[in-house]
Amino acid sequence: MTPADGTMKTVNVLVPVGSLGVGVRAEEVRYGIERGAHVIASDAGSTDSGAAYLALGIAKYHREAVKRDLQVLMAAQAAHGIPLLIGSCGQAGGNGGLEWTRDIAIEVSNELKLTPRIAVIYSEQNKDVLKKKSALGKIHALAPLGPISDALIDSCEHIVAMMGPEPYIDALKMGADIVLGGRTTDTAVLAAVPLMHGMPPGLAWHAGKIGECGAQCTVNPAGGAGVLLRVGVDNFEVEPLSPANRCTQDTVSAHMLYENSDPFSLVEPGGILRVIDSRYLQVDPRTVRVTGATWDPKPYTMKLEGASAGPYQTIMIVGIQDPHVLANLDAFHDKMLAALHDRVAKTIGSEAGDYHISLRLYGWNAMTGRPVPSGAAAPREVGVLFVATAATQSMATLIAKACNPYLFHFPLKMDTELPTYGFAFSPADIERGRVYEFRLNHVVEVDDPFELVRTEWIDVGSGVSTRGGT
Amino acid sequence: MTKLREVCRNVRSKCAGPFWVTVDICFDGRKNYESYHQSEALGPAAFASAFGIDAALVKRFSIAELNVLKVSYPRETPQGGIVERDMHCGQQYVSLLDIELD
Repeated sequence: MTPADGTMKTVNVLVPVGSLGVGVRAEEVRYGIERGAHVIASDAGSTDSGAAYLALGIAKYHREAVKRDLQVLMAAQAAHGIPLLIGSCGQAGGNGGLEWTRDIAIEVSNELKLTPRIAVIYSEQNKDVLKKKSALGKIHALAPLGPISDALIDSCEHIVAMMGPEPYIDALKMGADIVLGGRTTDTAVLAAVPLMHGMPPGLAWHAGKIGECGAQCTVNPAGGAGVLLRVGVDNFEVEPLSPANRCTQDTVSAHMLYENSDPFSLVEPGGILRVIDSRYLQVDPRTVRVTGATWDPKPYTMKLEGASAGPYQTIMIVGIQDPHVLANLDAFHDKMLAALHDRVAKTIGSEAGDYHISLRLYGWNAMTGRPVPSGAAAPREVGVLFVATAATQSMATLIAKACNPYLFHFPLKMDTELPTYGFAFSPADIERGRVYEFRLNHVVEVDDPFELVRTEWIDVGSGVSTRGGT
Repeated sequence: MTKLREVCRNVRSKCAGPFWVTVDICFDGRKNYESYHQSEALGPAAFASAFGIDAALVKRFSIAELNVLKVSYPRETPQGGIVERDMHCGQQYVSLLDIELD
């Protein structure tokens, strides 16, 4: 463990990578430990890649990639006796992703003959508990969503609450070598140990925010994976873990903009980080010193994330180089879409139910779906993505198969020979699965940071697993 | 006529959670920042019209130290819906590049 409070000038957080599974570099971890790391901390997830991971309880990164990163980090943890904290395990931080990560950690322990004491902190939520919270008026909507309802809660496959640092600190005080957390704010995982040792919360949280994507706050984010944060009593410093990489005032201060709708304040469990008065100073060619952040304590809330599993989709892709079509793409799109709906009506009829078809013209306006400014030059080719959405996979595929001949033979003008466009695959239709969506953008008031959280302990050496603690 | 693309060193967009998009307009130098960051052409109405959203929900932040105007707005549809076109919203900024500032 780290030295006692008061004996440390800085608390040094080794952030090995922006997200577990992306690729930890062993030489960077060695460098960070040589530079005096007191803890290794990283998150393992995000909502950015969509709701499927929470709805299905599956990870985004491959098991072998996560295992490889854990091998490096767990070996370093054991060799140097510093704790390892991983937040938002398994991408979404639900029970499925957390237990998947736990099992990999146990496997790595056995293979490397390590005997860590592991705290596994759950933050997936029981719907009945949330409905009681809702009935008490303890759940509040964040813009742009409307108020919570039982139906909205029930529409979710899984719901997680974002933890703050307290459960991590508690686990460390109870002797954890490794803490694997469910959904947690990225910042909280990195801020936990500096906060535990009494560093100013504004600086600890701000350092957490700057380091949360690893080397993203450096000059060359592809030139390294991680950073070292040194959090002191009146400033923190950030330095890349790759000696060839650098942090500059601009790269560090600009990271406060990244993926953050408000660049001056960040709402976290139990308070708001304010950085409007922060100053960034280059102290050597690779290191930036940051001062000035403050922390406004607020009543403790946790943000909820919930994901639903909706209708099913089947897709087809066809390529078009026909110059006449390319010169009239908007008209072609509208005519083909109308013809496809007509085809579904005539072949499937009302059994198709509340289905949806979209045609997205890659090379023209697929990314916006909005009209292209008049006078735009015709592209050299387009890829047409056909997406049928229906209540069942079978119906989505039935619709796709019915539309198949129209998708690759549809003429711009009806009185001409039928063209044939370029399918890329056979069979042409691909069953894509369900549509997963986030349903919640709400916060829940809690009595304390542990109310909606539970911890299980695993002593790998003794083979003992216990529930409870907090 | 000056277009946004002509006075910026970088313009980028990204999702900020599943319900919001944030755009960082990084002006090329202090002079361009001062000339254009308060331009009506980059106001809430311009974003509402470019992205089909409610102007009242558009948030703007001027960051003078970085010569950046940051604009955040709710997604027209939540991430990952039936007609998702840009999961991470990383391409949405392109629609702004030809905005005429004066």
